[in-house]
Amino acid sequence: MNENRHSVIIIVIIIVGLILLSKLFMIQVIDDSFLRRAERNAVQRIVDYPYRGLVYDRNDELLVYNNPVFDLMVIPQEFNIVDTAKFCKLFQIEKEELKEKYKAARKYSWVKPSPLIKQISNTDFARIQDYLIDYPGLFVMTRSVRAYPDSVASSALGYIAEIVPRQLERDSAHYYNQGDYIGHSGLESYYEKFLRGKKGAKYKMVNVRGVDKGSFKNGQLDTASIPGLNLQSTIDMALQKYGEKLMKGKRGSVVAIQPKTGEILSMISAPVYDPNLLAGSAYGKNYLKLRNDSTKPLFNRPIMAMYPPGSIFKIVQSLIGLQWGIITPNTTFACNKSLVACHNHPSPVNLFGAIRNSCNPYYHQAFRMMINQDISSNTFTDTQIGLDKWHEAVEKFGLGNKLGVDLPYESSGSVPSSKLYDRIYGKGRWKYSTIYSLSIGQGEMQVTPLQMANLAAIFANKGYYFTPHLIKSINGNPDDIPEEFTTKHDVGVAPHHFDMVHDAMAEALYGTAMRAIIKDITIAGKTGTAQNPHGEDHSVFVAFAPKEDPQIAIAVYVENAGWGGRAAASTASLMIEQYLRGHIERPALEEYVLAGDFGD
Amino acid sequence: MFWPEILETNVRQDDLYINKIDWLTILIYFALVMIGWFNIYAAVYDEQAAKSIFDFSINSGKQLVWIGTAVLLITVIMVADYRLFDNLSMILYGFFLLILLLTPFIGKEINGQRAWFELGPFRLQPGEFAKFATALALAKFIEKPSFDLSQPKYQLQAILIIMIPVSLIMLQPDTGTAMVYMAFFIMLYREGMPQKYYVMALVFIAVSLLSLGVENNLYIAVPVASLTVILILMGKKNWQRIITLCLIGTAVIAYSYSLDMVVSKLPAHQQNRIMVLFNPDLDPLGVGWNVTQSKIAIGSGGFWGKGYLEGTQTKFDFVPEQHTDFIFCTLGEEFGWIGSLVVVALFAALLIRLVFLAERQKTRFSRVYGYCVVSILLFHFMINISMTIGLFPVVGIPLPFFSYGGSSLWSFTILLFIFIKLDSHRIQLLGRMN
Repeated sequence: MNENRHSVIIIVIIIVGLILLSKLFMIQVIDDSFLRRAERNAVQRIVDYPYRGLVYDRNDELLVYNNPVFDLMVIPQEFNIVDTAKFCKLFQIEKEELKEKYKAARKYSWVKPSPLIKQISNTDFARIQDYLIDYPGLFVMTRSVRAYPDSVASSALGYIAEIVPRQLERDSAHYYNQGDYIGHSGLESYYEKFLRGKKGAKYKMVNVRGVDKGSFKNGQLDTASIPGLNLQSTIDMALQKYGEKLMKGKRGSVVAIQPKTGEILSMISAPVYDPNLLAGSAYGKNYLKLRNDSTKPLFNRPIMAMYPPGSIFKIVQSLIGLQWGIITPNTTFACNKSLVACHNHPSPVNLFGAIRNSCNPYYHQAFRMMINQDISSNTFTDTQIGLDKWHEAVEKFGLGNKLGVDLPYESSGSVPSSKLYDRIYGKGRWKYSTIYSLSIGQGEMQVTPLQMANLAAIFANKGYYFTPHLIKSINGNPDDIPEEFTTKHDVGVAPHHFDMVHDAMAEALYGTAMRAIIKDITIAGKTGTAQNPHGEDHSVFVAFAPKEDPQIAIAVYVENAGWGGRAAASTASLMIEQYLRGHIERPALEEYVLAGDFGD
Repeated sequence: MFWPEILETNVRQDDLYINKIDWLTILIYFALVMIGWFNIYAAVYDEQAAKSIFDFSINSGKQLVWIGTAVLLITVIMVADYRLFDNLSMILYGFFLLILLLTPFIGKEINGQRAWFELGPFRLQPGEFAKFATALALAKFIEKPSFDLSQPKYQLQAILIIMIPVSLIMLQPDTGTAMVYMAFFIMLYREGMPQKYYVMALVFIAVSLLSLGVENNLYIAVPVASLTVILILMGKKNWQRIITLCLIGTAVIAYSYSLDMVVSKLPAHQQNRIMVLFNPDLDPLGVGWNVTQSKIAIGSGGFWGKGYLEGTQTKFDFVPEQHTDFIFCTLGEEFGWIGSLVVVALFAALLIRLVFLAERQKTRFSRVYGYCVVSILLFHFMINISMTIGLFPVVGIPLPFFSYGGSSLWSFTILLFIFIKLDSHRIQLLGRMN
């Protein structure tokens, strides 16, 4: 009987073989997790960071470039210093710090490099470069940080910094990794995908101790990084610089636009911070300092701050009234101060006089006619119909909605519609007497300085605008800029209605803003005062020039500087002169603005 | 009449000695040795400091020396007198027992074991060589016509022959090598050891694995109790049978509960080796490292493998002992499932061929020895590959003909070729068949 047992043994051999092959099939063919774990083990991906695109101004002056910085890396296994004191002196590092960094490096890895001194500047690097050879286990890794040669236009350019979790979450394409740099505000953020280029990767193999064992698959999978595209901004560096100088020590905004194209020539948020503060190693410290600053330098006032438009809005009211045929240039109202307060001027006034003298009662009465057109016999319903029609017309002026400038965090401002009053007072429980302050740009209205500058551009263009923007060309190609910046927006008011407005604005300077007058350059302007419940009113001025062929439209806000005729008008006038002439012929006015004392 | 035939004149073609050798076995042997050699080179290959496979400063070069000397050993065995092994069997057995006895005292300590003998530049592992001596001794004993393995007396004798070297090896202590001697029970099965022992052993192993594997031993206790009750109800109702079944059932349940307790009393490293078998992810960087990395290396090979010398896991030292006990990783990684299939098939073919050869022997001595070779090779093959793919705890035993090292290659070569020699003389041994 034992003779048959050999078949049992053969069956056992076959079963053992089959079990082994099945298990092998399971882990080798069916389960692919081992392949991934093997690559995690032995293949290290090294990111090749691309060169970030540069930013130039409209005249090809460099605004942002990349500055190489050097990280001194240490491989503990190879590192050996004989004279610590000499080393510390040479590398300008405290002995304690060196010890600490070295300890941390050893703790991280005995054979892999760790940073010993981060972000050594170009000049320091030049000094130590030649000595590096004396120290085994040290080498230098080059990175680049953003740098700003003239330290201007921080609010328009923005800054880059390490990506934050919120941005990582939104990165559905999984382009970014923890620790990558990304634009956080300004153009750096808006045009991130152009500026960043494309990361490359090198794959190298490492052994179990992390020692480099050469490239993976002979570098077949390696990809080179693609440098980012250079941008040309619409910013005029000289004008920007001059504006920042004028706004020094003040709070407020300046926005200057080329009206024919919507190109932003200058955008200033005062107080202005130096963009170099947020580049490189001091970012963390400086960012906190700026964020905690009570004057809020990081708050981008031109696009984020909102103020009531005040008297300047009267021009918009005039234009809508004219377009609707409610008023004509000859429509006359008495300056009835019992309706709303006004200052002393001849009365009654026609439209020209109303603009020139900024007559409040005139607009109180004109606006009532625009709102209550007796479409409904119910005065409440009639007001609602009128307001919504008016709301629609006002929105066409780029108010009440984001303009769509190429910067993040733009505010929309606010133009009230019937919905707002229904919410506040209840449906059918409000009428003209509730909302009349809208007639003079007060009440529930809010606009940003950018929207104000855009209004000036609309006046200058006699009825149209291009969305204000900061991009002039991408990689040298002006046609590559987003389409929305070359689309003409019509405000729905016939051009001839603007003629009288132009004259009135030019004339208005002689009444309210004598300081703004420039010899040989006709400025059309309008002062305003944004009421400030927390302190002195804000000084506002919008203008365009030259009146005959507008090249610049500007809005200036100077916070807590009182009446618009002084601080804002002077600043705007100097900006116009600087832009149109390239130099200033009124040193006294410049003195006056720089001194910053705008009291009576 | 005792001259080797090759020297005789006037022999017919099919009487040539060379035609009586089983060349198929030798072919498989050399195939495995050469594949092993190439894999050893791959395991130690360093792209950045590439050396020739023949370079004696690396293990592939050294293995070539072992292969060369193995060929010398083969020649010696093949030209020696075939009766030599029969006659010398007990002397060899005694000699290796003596060596094993001395090893714990004069052996070189490596990893807490004294399993190696140092002879000048060479290191030899007596436990490996004692296998073929034990196989010869077993053959010699069982050869006796009166030797009947169904009788306890002879069972004890056979077990004693096996257990003497085992206990001596345990003194080193080298559990892995000692364990291999258990393989002789496969041969004993063929020679008539009662089947019930094997059934009991299988039940014992199954219960052990299950009670270690399952969280709650109730999963074993309930089915075993139910089975006992069913057996009692189904068979004859005599008291002796009922009591026996109850005792067996109780014993199995008690055993499954006590095993967990015993395991918790084991030294920590052995306990870990057992626990990691059931859950290698328990400690992937510590105890589970070997198994985890070995599985990663083999598993990452895929169907076709990464290509010769293209493996990353073994080459870059992620797998420990990659050229010796874990040599199969290199194969699995670089040649994938196809490569594994070829090697597993070669081993299975070799083993089945050896069973066939053993069965055609005319003497019980040769047959027993042949089955000893099958037993040892099957055990090594099964346990070594199983441990690299996580089917068995990590046991330090080499893959025959494959793993780097003189002791292992030599001992397997001697073991195998003594049988090939005996087989080639099976006609002359006819007269002694019983």
